[in-house]
Amino acid sequence: MNQTCCGQPMANSGCENESKATASLFVENFNDFDYIVGAAPSCVGFVKEHYDILDQNQEVIHVREKIYDITEFLLDVLKIETIDAKFPYKVGLHQSCHSLREMRMGQSSEINGPAFSKQKQILNMVEGLELIELDRTDECCGFGGTFCVTEDAVSAKMGKDRVADHERNGAEVITGGDISCLMHLEGVIRRQQKDIKIVHLVEILNGKTL
Amino acid sequence: MNHSQLAAQFIKDDARTDWHDKALWFVRYKRDLQTKKVPEWEDLRKLASQIKANVLSNLDNYLVQFEENAIKNGIHVHWARDAHEHNEIILKILTDRNVRKMVKSKSMLTEECHLNPYLIKNGIEVIDTDLGERIIQLRNETPSHIVLPAIHLKKEDVGETFHKFLGSEKGASDPNYLTEVARGHLREQFLTADAALTGVNFAIAETGGFVVCTNEGNADLGVHLAPVHIASMGLEKIIPRQIDLGVFLRLLARSATGQPITTYSSHFLKPEKDNEIHIVIVDNSRSEQLGREDFRKSLYCIRCGACMNTCPVYRRSGGHSYSYTVPGPIGSILAPGIDLKKHASMAFASTLCGSCTDVCPVKIDIHHQLYKWRQIIAKEGKISFSKRTMMKLMGYFFSRPKLYRFAGSMVRKVIPVAPRFMLYNKMNAWGKERELPQAPKKSFREWYKSENKASNNEQ
Amino acid sequence: MFGEDDIDLVSLFKENLQFVGGKVLEINDHQNIEACIADVYPFVKNRWSNVEGVGSLNINAEEIVDAHDLKDIDLVVIKGEFGVAENAAIWIPSSTLPYRVLPFITQHLLIVLDKSDLVLNMHSAYRKIDIYSASGFGVFISGPSKTADIEQSLVIGAHGSRSLLVVLR
Repeated sequence: MNQTCCGQPMANSGCENESKATASLFVENFNDFDYIVGAAPSCVGFVKEHYDILDQNQEVIHVREKIYDITEFLLDVLKIETIDAKFPYKVGLHQSCHSLREMRMGQSSEINGPAFSKQKQILNMVEGLELIELDRTDECCGFGGTFCVTEDAVSAKMGKDRVADHERNGAEVITGGDISCLMHLEGVIRRQQKDIKIVHLVEILNGKTL
Repeated sequence: MNHSQLAAQFIKDDARTDWHDKALWFVRYKRDLQTKKVPEWEDLRKLASQIKANVLSNLDNYLVQFEENAIKNGIHVHWARDAHEHNEIILKILTDRNVRKMVKSKSMLTEECHLNPYLIKNGIEVIDTDLGERIIQLRNETPSHIVLPAIHLKKEDVGETFHKFLGSEKGASDPNYLTEVARGHLREQFLTADAALTGVNFAIAETGGFVVCTNEGNADLGVHLAPVHIASMGLEKIIPRQIDLGVFLRLLARSATGQPITTYSSHFLKPEKDNEIHIVIVDNSRSEQLGREDFRKSLYCIRCGACMNTCPVYRRSGGHSYSYTVPGPIGSILAPGIDLKKHASMAFASTLCGSCTDVCPVKIDIHHQLYKWRQIIAKEGKISFSKRTMMKLMGYFFSRPKLYRFAGSMVRKVIPVAPRFMLYNKMNAWGKERELPQAPKKSFREWYKSENKASNNEQ
Repeated sequence: MFGEDDIDLVSLFKENLQFVGGKVLEINDHQNIEACIADVYPFVKNRWSNVEGVGSLNINAEEIVDAHDLKDIDLVVIKGEFGVAENAAIWIPSSTLPYRVLPFITQHLLIVLDKSDLVLNMHSAYRKIDIYSASGFGVFISGPSKTADIEQSLVIGAHGSRSLLVVLR
């Protein structure tokens, strides 16, 4: 209950040192558990990839091995095949860069390889949910941590373009696994006063109604 | 001005930004179509990466082997420690032969060394013959992309330039007509040049030969007509054997432009008849980069530009927003090694999305290197005071749970009630084009506790 | 590694040649090339050829003392040594050319290629090349010259040949 942050924002800005204390706190908070589940591939990915900034003691190694994104956890550990949830809407899935190109939870469009997506797989278990196809399937939303304020013009433009892609293809709801991306897209949507709803993937799985 | 400021200026013209973004995305799209046709594409990338790793680990031996073989074939080999030496060597070759006019095909290395202004200052007429390069030469601009130098220009811009300098029709913008104008104009230049300069796509240690890849035929028209051929080469462009070309030629054009191969892949081994071939091998801080364990893989680069085409930031800010000759993702991991202070903003002109790394034909871990450069830049104090302070504050607050919760609850209380002018003003960069997130009523911790209590009560 | 299997090399070559802006004319061994191409280039005033059965036209070999003297050639007809199906590239070693500039300076290029001289990909291609016997220079030519430097509009015919016709026999 003393959790704060994984430490990614500081490290991505070049200040790995400033994130060490936060990362240590993270390990302290979570090393007692068999599995650690997060609802953000970027945070989970950061712990897996970049916690080499800490001394690799048993606790750190354990945390890095046993941390999962919730979609991964449900599919790969609990091996669920059905979900008792209904979401009768046209949904655009925003696959975050971390979920694809760091966590490899789905195939990135750049790679010539078999198509797969754990997030799509699990969303397809939800009754009534219709996944729409995007023009650019996995372009970055533009959040990028402190990028969103240090390069705010590019960041906002990227966000607007992402929203427009979803809109063009009929999305009523935009979902995804990374709260940072969703927060950024929602910021754009609300400023543009558009009707599209933002719902985190886990909320859909949890049976959210609009 | 740094990248962020230049990018903001670029983006002000929303329609033009969309046009630029779409044009480059289209090249990425064409690349995807080609790569999907090659079932062994990912294996090829891996192989190319391994060959380059081998080259870098044995660079000295391969370079010596290359020189030996090239000299045996009658090619003159020159070594340049830096840009200035490169320029001096070339000037000497030209003045020793009374060259007045030199035609030049595309070479990013010569851009890096600022060869053109140096030669011009010393009385040599230099004509860039790649169409895109000729256009920007007439406009006195620098290339904005390493493969598509004029991608930032519209056809009307080109029409205007050609009307002004080549006497074509005013207001013309048809690419076919404009290309025909350039064809006629440049053909004259090829026929009257005293020397021709090319870049080098690949130099082969085993044979002492080298390969130049073009679509327009300008490199060949230059070198097969002029009596002197000068080839400028970065020392990392070497590959071990002739057979390795198979791997690289399958990767290069598909990655760069979505073609299966460039129109011409010219293999030079010996000069023709009494003509001369000179090759200038350039270091210019490459050996320094070689010594950086975290960044040496950036020397694998075969200059395809795929990383630029896929980069969502490059597409929306243009090559001129970057401070180094080579822009975009690859430029951003090469530049800080050359001048950390001058090019610091390049390493932060990225969301670390990783798309560049996935398209790179030689598997350079570009976005990981960007992350690593950021650590160095921050350590050297080259990030802004405000950013450094913000990071220190975050580091402080995020490692102390009670403080973190306090800060969170303040934000949750203030945002819903603060007047709009307080939240959205010049100081709030987020708020320029986005609404701030809606503050939830409870923090996760508060929610979790009350849910637990509720379910405990139910039991 | 990266083998040939049961791929129809001729079809693949033709498909890729078209993709890169080239044209193909299939003939059988008995057909006379000169007759077949008579209609294709009605405007050609002079022609240089190193292909058996196709003569040069209006070229005075004595007047050509230097590569520059080739500047007005309309059509060059050369024999390709072999072709690569995956990208329609054809290998032209300079051992067959009195001047290396010939395939580039001409307005139009015609390459005669035997179907039996097709390989699948560049790996096979490099196994066939003896760079040392190529007489100092060789070039893979895939299609006519082209550029997309003006607003990404593809223009066929930049500085090299305006067209490429491959006569496949």
